[in-house]
Amino acid sequence: MKIKNIIITFVSALTLLLSTSIVSFAKVVGDKIVLGAAVSLTGKYSSNGVHTQNGYNMAVERINSMGGIKVGGKTYKFEIIYYDDESNPKRAAQLAERLISQDKVEFMLGPYSSGLTKAMAPVTEKYGVPMVEANGASRSLFTKGYKYLFAVLAPANLYLDVAIRTAVELNGGKGVRIAQAFEQDAFSQDVRLGILDAAKDTGSEIIIDDKLPKELNDMAATLVKVKQMKPDVLVVSGHTKGALTAIRQIAEMKVDVPMLAMTHCDAAKLSKQHGKNSQYALCASQWHKTLTYKDKWFKDGMTYDADFTKMFGYAPPYQAAESSAALLVFKDAFERANSFDQKKVRDALAATDMQTFYGNIKFAPGGQNVSKPMVLFQVICDSSGKCENKVVAPLKWASAKLIHPVPKWSER
Amino acid sequence: MDFMVFQYPMISIQACLDGILLGILFALIAYGMALQWGVMNIINIAQGDLVILGGYIAYFMYLYGIHPAWGVIVSPFIMYFVGVGLYKLVINKVVDRDLFISILATFGISILFMQLMNFAFGADVVLANSGYGTTFLFDSNVVLPNSKIFSAFVSIVFAICLVIYMKKSKLGRAIRATAQNARAAKILGVDTEKVYAATFGINAALCGVAGALISITFTIHPYMGLPYTIRSFMIVIVAGLGNLPGVALSGMGLGVFEEFADYILGTEFRIGSVFLLLVLILVYRRFKLSKKREYLK
Repeated sequence: MKIKNIIITFVSALTLLLSTSIVSFAKVVGDKIVLGAAVSLTGKYSSNGVHTQNGYNMAVERINSMGGIKVGGKTYKFEIIYYDDESNPKRAAQLAERLISQDKVEFMLGPYSSGLTKAMAPVTEKYGVPMVEANGASRSLFTKGYKYLFAVLAPANLYLDVAIRTAVELNGGKGVRIAQAFEQDAFSQDVRLGILDAAKDTGSEIIIDDKLPKELNDMAATLVKVKQMKPDVLVVSGHTKGALTAIRQIAEMKVDVPMLAMTHCDAAKLSKQHGKNSQYALCASQWHKTLTYKDKWFKDGMTYDADFTKMFGYAPPYQAAESSAALLVFKDAFERANSFDQKKVRDALAATDMQTFYGNIKFAPGGQNVSKPMVLFQVICDSSGKCENKVVAPLKWASAKLIHPVPKWSER
Repeated sequence: MDFMVFQYPMISIQACLDGILLGILFALIAYGMALQWGVMNIINIAQGDLVILGGYIAYFMYLYGIHPAWGVIVSPFIMYFVGVGLYKLVINKVVDRDLFISILATFGISILFMQLMNFAFGADVVLANSGYGTTFLFDSNVVLPNSKIFSAFVSIVFAICLVIYMKKSKLGRAIRATAQNARAAKILGVDTEKVYAATFGINAALCGVAGALISITFTIHPYMGLPYTIRSFMIVIVAGLGNLPGVALSGMGLGVFEEFADYILGTEFRIGSVFLLLVLILVYRRFKLSKKREYLK
């Protein structure tokens, strides 16, 4: 009995040892370029983490099936090693370390959320591993002087900038009175800074400036103030729960405000959860399927939407689209660098100037994408109660006219 | 700091009413906690997670086209069995041990529940729409969502039913006897094991009711349980065990306190102010106790 136990222990130890040594990938194995990614498959970001992973997978599949990546006259295919970062920044930093020093990946894709990207960036920077990320928009990521971090998305301070400028424009160029409520996290606070800048530029006045807690599920106090002070614009940013809570309580408390602008409506599936109550809400989005950007892999937004839906069974939120775009950027950079040298790839990434179905991509020295504006869509419902997100700003891509001011609750 | 709440009397009224309605709901959760704390001497850290689980039951009914208000009936029914199961699996092993072990055990259960709910229901924030509309008071200067009024009403009904049940029924008497002196109750033929299981079940059922109400009035999310645990802990600490009117009063008090803290300090300090109050009350209690000791000397 005892001997049997010893044998079992020995054999399992041996297999464990073998399995770990087999999994030690190099950057390029045979005809494969191995990318590392830690995404949130469990924990509080798991839904958006899965969107991110699906976006990556979709692009890998598409690029590989359309001929792969040509470097030095040879064709390579993408492969991604995933780890679950459990929505935990500490874990994300550990995994970045592990991907680089144990799995030997030399190129990384970003995780979901600004907070996790912030945790991983110092590690990738230390090892000089180029990281293209698609889901960290916080401005502070781009002010630290990181050389190896590139983000395909517009930075957070631009999220609701368009909304304020549109409101001012509709007010005949005069400043507006703004009420705002932001969650206290890196991302939302950056959105807030953007609003402060826009308010200063346009001579607008901020009359309510509330901060929302992480465990927010009640913002009645803010809304009561809004009812009393009657601002021209109400801005809310607090991830999915902020968007859902705001719509519920605005409808329940019948708060009339001429313009309501928010973030994260896409992920909150506003109209699905709230139906007609969500009507007229303005939402900041990195991407919308009706935008007319084009590329050769996914064709355009509508085709991407259809293909993604076919592959994963649900319509892609912008988090998936931007993740797919990250791989297009990598492919482009590898081919232009014509090498797997990290420095050369990094320089090629920095010189990126391309159009994808997701938008134009060109990086500023800080690493953020400066050539793709944010879009605003408005939830618009027809008489049968079916609601749709329609792009209303910037005007170049508008597929519907902005309804402003929002009709009063008593007139709906 | 913002003293708008005092400048506009209507906002004060709004804050008070919001706070009282909210407080009644908290009191229901706290009542469950007080009950099993009193009977079994267990501080249940997983209280808030049981609440959220109850909320998910109502939410799933809503998804399948049943009005979420029915969750108030269905959710406690299911949660009762969850509670009894939990007792049989874990709690019965820690019930006679010291408080620290039970806190550790329920803390573990709390983490497990969070992860399981996240796994089963996803990390999305969800809510169930009741479509109950709004009540306007004082020339529509004060607005109360009917869903909040509904949840306060249901909480009161359940609390009253439970009080009557505890007073009149055989199991109720057995529970009260066990709370007073478990050993004596055992000697007199009370099956304390059964009483414990039922107590934990009833607590979970109350959490189920509260959860269903929260899914109607607020939002639910797998990781949102802890604030509810803290609040009910706080209410029980203030009111003391076995002091039912005290639980109701301190529940409402906490609700109003929270609302005012929200207006004056800002929403970001809402939960923080609850923690602060908790610390202050614990310090005050210690201070009072030490005085008593001196007196005894």
